[in-house]
Amino acid sequence: MNFFDHLAGNYAEVLALTGEHVVLVLQGLVLASLIGIPLAVLTYRAELPRSVVLAVAGVFLTIPSYALFGLLIAPLGLGTAPAVTALTMYALLPVVRNTVVGLRGVDPAVIESARGMGLSRRQILRQIELPLAWPVIITGLRVATQLLLGIAAISAAVNGPGLGNLIFQGLSSAGTPFAVYLALEGILGIVVLAVLADLAFAALNRVSTSRGLRVD
Amino acid sequence: MTDASATAAPDAMIRLENLTKAYPGQAEPAIGGLSLEIPRGEIVVFVGPSGCGKTTLMKLINRLIEPTSGRIVIDGQDVTEMNPDELRRGIGYAIQQTGLFPHRTVAQNIATVPRLLGWSAEKVSARVDELLTMVGLAPDTYRDRYPRQLSGGQQQRVGVARALAADPEVMLMDEPFGAIDPITREALQNEFLRIQRDIRKTIVFVTHDIDEAVKLGDRIAVFGPGGRIAQYDTPEAVLSDPADDYVAEFIGSGAYVKRLTLTPLSRVAAATDWPTVPSSADREERVAALRSADRDFVLVLDGDRRPVGWLGRDLAPDDDRLTGNGLPLLSSLGPDDTLFDALNAMLASNADVVVVTGEDGRYRGTLGMAAIQELIHTASPAAGAGPERAAGPAPGRSDSPGTDSPGKEVR
Ligand SMILES: Nc1ncnc2c1ncn2[C@@H]1O[C@H](COP(=O)(O)OP(=O)(O)OP(=O)(O)O)[C@@H](O)[C@H]1O
Ligand SMILES: [Mg+2]
Repeated sequence: MNFFDHLAGNYAEVLALTGEHVVLVLQGLVLASLIGIPLAVLTYRAELPRSVVLAVAGVFLTIPSYALFGLLIAPLGLGTAPAVTALTMYALLPVVRNTVVGLRGVDPAVIESARGMGLSRRQILRQIELPLAWPVIITGLRVATQLLLGIAAISAAVNGPGLGNLIFQGLSSAGTPFAVYLALEGILGIVVLAVLADLAFAALNRVSTSRGLRVD
Repeated sequence: MTDASATAAPDAMIRLENLTKAYPGQAEPAIGGLSLEIPRGEIVVFVGPSGCGKTTLMKLINRLIEPTSGRIVIDGQDVTEMNPDELRRGIGYAIQQTGLFPHRTVAQNIATVPRLLGWSAEKVSARVDELLTMVGLAPDTYRDRYPRQLSGGQQQRVGVARALAADPEVMLMDEPFGAIDPITREALQNEFLRIQRDIRKTIVFVTHDIDEAVKLGDRIAVFGPGGRIAQYDTPEAVLSDPADDYVAEFIGSGAYVKRLTLTPLSRVAAATDWPTVPSSADREERVAALRSADRDFVLVLDGDRRPVGWLGRDLAPDDDRLTGNGLPLLSSLGPDDTLFDALNAMLASNADVVVVTGEDGRYRGTLGMAAIQELIHTASPAAGAGPERAAGPAPGRSDSPGTDSPGKEVR
């Protein structure tokens, strides 16, 4: 029995876990965006709060993932909750940092002319700064997604959902005939998702960024 | 009220009272105790070297920055009592670096303030096309372009159109023609003046080009270092009677030549005694005209009395060049051309006379070198006393004509 025979046997399970994996990563990404983008918007102009936020998000990213998932069991129990929380924490740095960089990269002359024409602070943010920072923000989301797709596999260690279950199953039954195939299915699933996510973000960038920012 | 302006303006649109702006961390204030009145419907040009506070003063007027002390009154209202966003929507502002929104098309950029003010879509798009045409950009070509698809000069023009969009009573224009080549720049300046003749806005215009200031300004404020106004007066007065050495030096050499640009030919009487012949005249009549002429040549005018050519006195009676329109005219100048253009045309064509036409292109007369000399010395209020005026400024001015002041320092 080769790998493909094995896959033909359990593809339904693989697909289901892939679906869970996608949902898990999306949850982390959406939460990180809901927290990170407003945080960036609130702090990008003020030196001290900005560096505090970036430092904290940076620390999150340096915590070894296995340890973080484990540590979250105590407050949150097993399953999806600690997994989503951990992923949100990891995604925070790319999301916040890119949003800050994007907003700070807007040409001051553009902002001055917007102010000079009587756009309010809020209108400037919504109509000028965010659209101009958007390509950089998308890049942050893209990086965060790649990061989360990999780290999400660890969630199986806390009984969470996703393709990590195949990998852990394979690793824990090492030596048995199909152990390697199981792990391989999990890894390949993640790789395929990563490629698809990249394509999806490229497409999103194209449709959601003003043509005026793409012309050279 | 303290009134430091040289000429009291009866109807001030913008009044600055004892205005000071010190940026934090700077030893010297950028603007120090400045008072100024800007009359309604006039173009006031701020001119001065880099870093003297021109942009700072503009930003104070529309409250992009707040003064350290002093008062700004626009149309009778203290600006600090107004909502800053509403204040700014009523003031057109073209910034030095244009600051177009790169993610919006030219049309959307221009429509910014009209949209904020809630104009209808049709009214906005009609206005956009009108403004694009006004600044010399074909609407069909440029409407849907993005700023990055425009040259620097085109971007500046869109910036000016955007500032004009909602028809504001007051315009602040910070070096709007800075990035434009001299030829287009001159065309735009002329266009700008033509537009202003109709719309009569109160315009504050910043430049560091004294020639531009002289050409565009109803009044000029010459800034010195530290946001001090060294002189605030009409271009004529600034050129003919600089307040101090600093202003004289800023004007640079050639004040008299610069003054030539102040007088359009429409304000100059043309001599009508030059001999002419109609282009319908036959050879006999032309020879007769040349014989009786007391000048070196005779002008040929067509049926509509437009100057079309000239006949030289040295032509033999059987010369072919004696027929038709004669020799082509090198230059004839219209009402919007200035004495400067006239002098330039004389030097270029090595003649001491130019042909002057009216609005309709018809012959109005001629203008000679001697007439220009006379004009430049009578046009100036102070010129009665001769080039070296009794109340004239300190010695060492480089722009005084070399007359009878021995030992004058020449730089
Ligand atoms: N935001 C700021 N903070 C501190 N100092 C400033 C700031 N903006 C301008 N200045 C200083 O104030 C002075 C006046 O600057 P301003 O921009 O008004 O000059 P300007 O006359 O417009 O010059 P230019 O012709 O180069 O545009 C300069 O010395 C400048 O360094
Ligand atoms: Mg400036």
